[in-house]
Amino acid sequence: MCLTRPSLKTLLPFAKQTAYMGNMSDTFTGPVAAEITKRLEESLDPSHLIVRDDSEQHRGHAGHDPRGESHFTVEIVSTRFEGLNRVQRQRLVNQALAELLKERVHALAIKARAPGE
Amino acid sequence: MSDIKARIDEIVNGNDVVLFMKGTALFPQCGFSSRAVAILDHLNVKFETVDVLQDAEIRNGIKDYSDWPTIPQLYVKGEFVGGSDIMMEMFEAGELQQLIADKDVAKA
Repeated sequence: MCLTRPSLKTLLPFAKQTAYMGNMSDTFTGPVAAEITKRLEESLDPSHLIVRDDSEQHRGHAGHDPRGESHFTVEIVSTRFEGLNRVQRQRLVNQALAELLKERVHALAIKARAPGE
Repeated sequence: MSDIKARIDEIVNGNDVVLFMKGTALFPQCGFSSRAVAILDHLNVKFETVDVLQDAEIRNGIKDYSDWPTIPQLYVKGEFVGGSDIMMEMFEAGELQQLIADKDVAKA
């Protein structure tokens, strides 16, 4: 549990860091990650997609699932995001993953971009 | 209008800036909520927080209210702004600061 409040100074580098690319085995660590990848590919036809399992960083937190695969970061580039604002883009991702978010995935960080951004 | 929607309406319209979060501003119970609070602190605005962990009705109701499945959620002058990813992106781009200025939000 996070009982201390990090200062913005410590938060900004976290937000700015680029997603860890990893190799295939790091990126697709389990069945939930594979399902997230499949659903996003089917619904948003991304030109770039990274699904990263952050669950280990949250071990012991409220919401951590002992099965793992509870916390994810999705970095996605798709032409479907063109002309949409941030809320609309995240809605598309959330809608594609709606069932997973209800049942299995506790937390999802989303970076959604259109090509060239 | 359902009771819970009326309750949430009252909260988001009764405060300039409201954050629905897990835990309190002093003791956030989740990294995303913690980050959202840190951003609001930095903006130097007066904000209200609602701990969804203390209220199951709001915890479920808030997800339907803005058709947004995750917590935290930020509202400014009654309008849904986004969750913590969007808050951070807007903050880094200076857009959140601009929104606060445009909407003439009360200072902390």
